Amino acid sequence: MQHLYKQIYADPEFHELEDKRGRFSWCLASIVLLTYFSFILIIAFAPQVFATPVFENSIITWGIPVGLFVILLSFVLTGIYVYRANREFDRLTKDIIEHAKKIHNEK
Amino acid sequence: MKNSKITCLIILFLPITLYAADALQGDVTKQPLNVTAITMFLLFVSATLGITYWAARKTKSTRDFYAAGGSITGFQNGLAIAGDYMSAASFLGISGLVFASGFDGLIYSIGFLVGWPIILFLLAERLRNLGKYTFADAVSYRLKPIPIRSLSACGTLCVVLLYLIAQLVGAGKLIQVLFGLEYQFAVVIVGILMILYVTFGGMLATTWVQIIKAILLLLGASFMAIAVMSKMDFSFEALFSNAVDVHEKGLAIMAPGGLVSDPVSAISLGLALMFGTAGLPHILMRFFTVPDAKEARKSVFYATGFIGYFYILTFIIGFGAIVLLVNNPEFLDSQTGGILGGNNMAAIHLARAVGGEVFLGFISAVAFATILAVVSGLTLSGASAISHDLYASVIRHGEAKEGDEVRVSRIATITIGIIAIFLGIIFEKQNVAYMVGLAFAIAASVNFPILFLSMYWQKLTTRGAFIGGAIGLVTAILCMIFGPTIWVDILGNEQALFPYKHPALFSVSAAFIFIILISKLDKSKSAKQEAIDFEDQYVRSQTGLGAEGAANH
Repeated sequence: MQHLYKQIYADPEFHELEDKRGRFSWCLASIVLLTYFSFILIIAFAPQVFATPVFENSIITWGIPVGLFVILLSFVLTGIYVYRANREFDRLTKDIIEHAKKIHNEK
Repeated sequence: MKNSKITCLIILFLPITLYAADALQGDVTKQPLNVTAITMFLLFVSATLGITYWAARKTKSTRDFYAAGGSITGFQNGLAIAGDYMSAASFLGISGLVFASGFDGLIYSIGFLVGWPIILFLLAERLRNLGKYTFADAVSYRLKPIPIRSLSACGTLCVVLLYLIAQLVGAGKLIQVLFGLEYQFAVVIVGILMILYVTFGGMLATTWVQIIKAILLLLGASFMAIAVMSKMDFSFEALFSNAVDVHEKGLAIMAPGGLVSDPVSAISLGLALMFGTAGLPHILMRFFTVPDAKEARKSVFYATGFIGYFYILTFIIGFGAIVLLVNNPEFLDSQTGGILGGNNMAAIHLARAVGGEVFLGFISAVAFATILAVVSGLTLSGASAISHDLYASVIRHGEAKEGDEVRVSRIATITIGIIAIFLGIIFEKQNVAYMVGLAFAIAASVNFPILFLSMYWQKLTTRGAFIGGAIGLVTAILCMIFGPTIWVDILGNEQALFPYKHPALFSVSAAFIFIILISKLDKSKSAKQEAIDFEDQYVRSQTGLGAEGAANH
């Protein structure tokens, strides 16, 4: 197994995949982190923003739709990630492993 | 089987007559003997004991015991994870928080939820590919097992005990209201049942109990939310304005307020909820019950959907409780003017208000089932920290016999169960959702930093992870002890030495800073080797090559 690991680590395609996957996951993660911590920071420093009604005379305040949006966003982003990872990334990973095994067996 | 059912019946009914005398003091109409609830609860208990019996026969190897043989599908695991999350603390605690302070309840829900995408994007696959039964497997892949596993086990046990306390407090309160039983007695029943499930049925029983309960709870909560909304003609405007009219805080329940009063607490709580999720041992353990990384990903997707939906329901339920319960003397304590059994009981009373005695019975039985399912998962993860991390790896240096490891695990289960029962009784008066917050702070300050850095930072060394993680743990615990909750509320001192309720901001930062600092200063030979081994670990974590597969049954 160790040989195979080394083999794959030396494969530029592996690093290309990792760059792509890494960028994708960190990008999604930053969206979640930014949204969530903006939410928390507003609560901490400017709670009155969330206390404003969504439109005049409405009892519903901005905090509620924003909160629901954060919940929905989390769900949608996990869906997007799983969709791409289960199709594109898994296929590329499989190719890389097979390629490495082939070279390994030829040696 | 038959005998155990009869014993259960006796255990359940005997004390009702014994304690009826206490309950008689003016409260008798409020706590009638609820036959529906008891029947439904007994049905659930017999069904789950049946599952345990089935699981016990299938559980042979260590892998069966800790990880259900890797045989759970992504969808099933998603339900089970959601089940772990939709604990009594969430269901009763968050609807209780919404009932008490409105919008603030949503802050907790969102914090609990947003940890999930982060786990998926950054941790889930790597963890699945590196680990075997506990998250410490992944961390000690290239770091020295003895210090790393000892520390992870400490972190795990603290989290498990705190979380268990929260669940048991919920159980005690619930049964007090429902059956009129004494608090201590309820805690003991839950403790015994959880010990039975885990000791005999292992992860397989624990998972299926969790799945069944998750489905029941989702159905019950959906019904309640729909019933509330139908009374409001499906208008949120009507729901909120009615709530504002009757709530003593008035318009303040529509805005962030009381619960998180200062910025430091807000950020600290946010950190604890988000990164704590990523460090909860009983949840991380669920990633080893699926066959591969692909199913692990799917389980997070389903779990996030179920959990998000559930939190929206609890929000509606909390507001529904304000509208329907606040001015209804039937649900109020005649002496204090507050709600019977405390705010955590809001959802339970609402069940009666919208669905009558039969539905109250159903929801109470489900809430009780929830507690049983969650405490079982927790106990199993605590027991595996003792048997797999401490016993098999630290004491026997990885050479324990399979049978011995499982036996130690069973003994550990019983011990943890008994300790939890005692602590549950001591912590009776605490708000249960808040206790969960504390468990999250420790998970975020110990488990999460070492797990995250071991996967993402090549230069992490054993020394750095151990000392830094220990500092995180100690900081979190000390801040808790000297904080307002324990130092003032429990120990009765006048002023807290540490002013904030939520220590995560300080303890998580301390953990990260010291782990990085000490790793950088570590010039030892083993530190160099650990950096070299990172390459192998990286390939395995990203490709799944050499990862634990599904067991062949």
